[in-house]
Amino acid sequence: MNTSAPRRVLAFLRNTWRGLTSMRTALVLLFLLALAALPGALLPQWSLNRQNVETFYDNHPTWAKVLDSIGAFNVFSSVWFAAIYVLLFVSLIGCLVPRSAEYLRQLRARPVRTPRNLERMPHHAAGTVSLSPDEMSDFARRRLRRWRVAENTEQDGTRTFSAERGYLREAGNLVFHFALVGLLITVGGDQLMRYEGQVVVQADGSGFCNSGTYNYDSFDAGLTVDGTNLSPFCVRLNDFDVRYLHSGQPERFHADIEYQSGEALDNGNWKSHDLRVNNPLRTAGDRIYLTGNGYTPIFTVTFPDGTQRTKKTQWQPVDTTTMLSQGATKFDRPGMSNEQRRHNNQLAITGLFAPTASLDGKVLSSRFPALRDPMVAVDVLKGKLGLAGDTGQSIFSVDQSLIDSGELNRVARENLAVGETIRLDDGTTIRFDGVQRWANLQISHNPFQRYVLVFAIAVVIGLGASLSIKRRRIWLRIKPLADGSGHTDENASAAGGGGASVEIGGLARTDQAGYGEEFTKLTDELLGSGAEPTAGSSGTDSPGRSS
Amino acid sequence: MVNQTLSDLSDMAFATSVVIYILAMLLYFAEFASGKATGNAAENAEPARATVGAGGVATKEPGSGPVVGRLEPEPRKPWSERFGGMAVAVTVLGVLVHAFSLVIRGVAVGRVPWGNMYEFGSAICLVAVVAWLVVLYRQSRAVRKPTTAPKLRGLGGFVLLPATLLLFLSGTALYATASQLQPALRSYWIWIHVSAAIVSTGVLMFAGVASVLFLVRLRSENNPTDPGRIGERLPSSQVLDRFAYRATVLIMPVWTFAIIAGAMWAEAAWGRFWGWDPKETCSLIAWIVYAAYLHARATSGWRGTRAAWINIFGLAVMIFNLFFINIVISGLHSYAGL
Ligand code: HEM
Repeated sequence: MNTSAPRRVLAFLRNTWRGLTSMRTALVLLFLLALAALPGALLPQWSLNRQNVETFYDNHPTWAKVLDSIGAFNVFSSVWFAAIYVLLFVSLIGCLVPRSAEYLRQLRARPVRTPRNLERMPHHAAGTVSLSPDEMSDFARRRLRRWRVAENTEQDGTRTFSAERGYLREAGNLVFHFALVGLLITVGGDQLMRYEGQVVVQADGSGFCNSGTYNYDSFDAGLTVDGTNLSPFCVRLNDFDVRYLHSGQPERFHADIEYQSGEALDNGNWKSHDLRVNNPLRTAGDRIYLTGNGYTPIFTVTFPDGTQRTKKTQWQPVDTTTMLSQGATKFDRPGMSNEQRRHNNQLAITGLFAPTASLDGKVLSSRFPALRDPMVAVDVLKGKLGLAGDTGQSIFSVDQSLIDSGELNRVARENLAVGETIRLDDGTTIRFDGVQRWANLQISHNPFQRYVLVFAIAVVIGLGASLSIKRRRIWLRIKPLADGSGHTDENASAAGGGGASVEIGGLARTDQAGYGEEFTKLTDELLGSGAEPTAGSSGTDSPGRSS
Repeated sequence: MVNQTLSDLSDMAFATSVVIYILAMLLYFAEFASGKATGNAAENAEPARATVGAGGVATKEPGSGPVVGRLEPEPRKPWSERFGGMAVAVTVLGVLVHAFSLVIRGVAVGRVPWGNMYEFGSAICLVAVVAWLVVLYRQSRAVRKPTTAPKLRGLGGFVLLPATLLLFLSGTALYATASQLQPALRSYWIWIHVSAAIVSTGVLMFAGVASVLFLVRLRSENNPTDPGRIGERLPSSQVLDRFAYRATVLIMPVWTFAIIAGAMWAEAAWGRFWGWDPKETCSLIAWIVYAAYLHARATSGWRGTRAAWINIFGLAVMIFNLFFINIVISGLHSYAGL
């Protein structure tokens, strides 16, 4: 009633913020993140494998529709996934800022005073030593050299030490969490600036220049990339070969490429690179990978008027274990001035290619992926292919609707070994000249990736420090041993021979696990120091060990 | 290129090690079953070894007549303890034979011995068993052990049980004949990334077992009137919790490193450092679950039981990642092969 509306809003906001930045919320959000990522691992994803998603659609049409509509096939770009990690990172930053401030404050603060009752501490030890309180203090000081120590003398002459160690733990923890934020930012930045393209290159010295997106077969890029500022370089593929084991398993892919970038683009110098799987070419800020390969059957068509055309069009492997491939090599009829007639006299050679032929009757299949006994089984189609301006057409097949409508007709079906020829009714001959290989190159540009790596390394280092270092405290209370003669404590310690009683308490601030060993060792040393009163000599950290 | 003789030898050693592990497991369980239940008294107060074996098989008094054919001059230790001693010795033997099998496999194929599911299933178990021996060794040293040696030793069976199961699975359903790696796997990264993943999985398996036992023990501690038969023989819940925590904490940076090394390898092999491949995704999920475990340990109300459940869930994700993702889901990692 007496709180005003703005105040209540403020209070609400403050509570929300506190709730959001609490450990409990972080825990719940972490869980949610793990849970939300799960469908991304279990269900096929559009971005990874369209085919699997389509298969899923075929098998479970209704489910697929529901799942797709909530983004289950696109988890990692879905709104709800983003919402979870954004909330988590907001929570993280809200948690980190005050923690960093608190850490800086602690770095300047003295260790807390020695508590009155050390027996209550999780770790506790007590004993007497033959050293005088002065000597014992000296010894303790040296033994605790690597600790942050605050000394105190209480009114009755009792000396206390409070020591603390392991400040790096919190530093590691902060580095770790900040590095996570850095990771998120750099990965996000990379998403905006990246590009990736695919291009097929024939292994006959053909090349590719990264001068524009039109040179690619497919291209995918972040929002800030418009394709005008690609890293300038050129590559050409001189040779490509694959070594297979007897089983047909590939043993090695190897592309012999040459490239030029930077100044070399102007002076025409080419450098060579041995492009293999696991050994990409890195140049001009881009990476070039070998991601696929296949065969290109070469056909020469001799038209009735004697003109010849030779074409090398890549065919697509349909079975990667035998490299049986399919494709369509398409020809325009040369020397026909009439546009209409030319378009109705196009040729397509479609069918299968086997690197190592195996015939079952006339049906061709492949026995082995290497080029041992190449053969094609082709249909020759004549008619209208719709080449000009028909952008949607696949280079691996002909438009089935043109066959269905009768605009494209089969004029021959034949199996050809290298050098063999088909003769069509109109006198056209088609020769299977031979085979060459092609390779698929992927060009990747990820300008932020090195920063991602830097943060990833910081994550590991921070985590390691945070998990291996313990923040721990130790307290000592050193009292002169009462010798019963009524001397003041001052005198007793000045006399030097009276010995001292030492009480030690220990506390690990973060997790108790593992402090016990160090504490035991430390107290053994401290309390054992009476056994061998060499504490005055320098250099020995451990004048005597108990037991 | 594959040396068949060596590969056969490796297979034989593998089978032998499984048999040895089973024997060791039975011995551990024999010790465990004949050990005395300590109820719920704080362990640390219990004098070391003094009470072990009271509930075991009765041992003969040294003076009750000579035992024919026996050359043991010393008074005999209680049965349970002897089982335990044998169990450890047999485990060590198993580890040696197992390691031999892995090394010889590597020599036979001339590459790292973790190129397919069978091989890394085997390697993971080796790590888990070695982790167990290391814990046992460290705990039996010095005065600072948080629990008595025999009592801890009795846990060996619970480590060997899942390890033997996984080994059996690897050696049968997942078995792959020795062969060359495919090109994508031929990289020095296989040494770095896969070995880090194997070590992490092995140690996390140990941590998961500790968390399961923690829950069992906690149940018996909370019901003193009706203690479970297993629960009452286990070390205190504190000790078990600490094992789980320390193992996880030790290995978390390694697991993080394994994922990052995997990303670096993917950058060289697949053209991107991260692509949400199912295996990558699932590894990240497991990592997040373990991060949640560490958070839970620092959040009041989440420490004991809930944290233990999170740790077990983490192990479940790891195992799921190992089997289901590799076998059922098609992704870039599927070539790991069966
Ligand atoms: C992006 C999500 C996060 C991840 C992946 C993550 C991960 C981790 C990991 C692996 C640890 C254990 C290692 C260490 O102690 O340094 C840890 C500890 C810790 N995290 Fe986070 N964290 C996240 C977010 C948060 C948030 C939002 C908070 C604050 C509410 C937070 C607070 C803490 C604290 C206080 C510790 C120390 C626990 C201890 O002392 O054992 N974290 N975190």
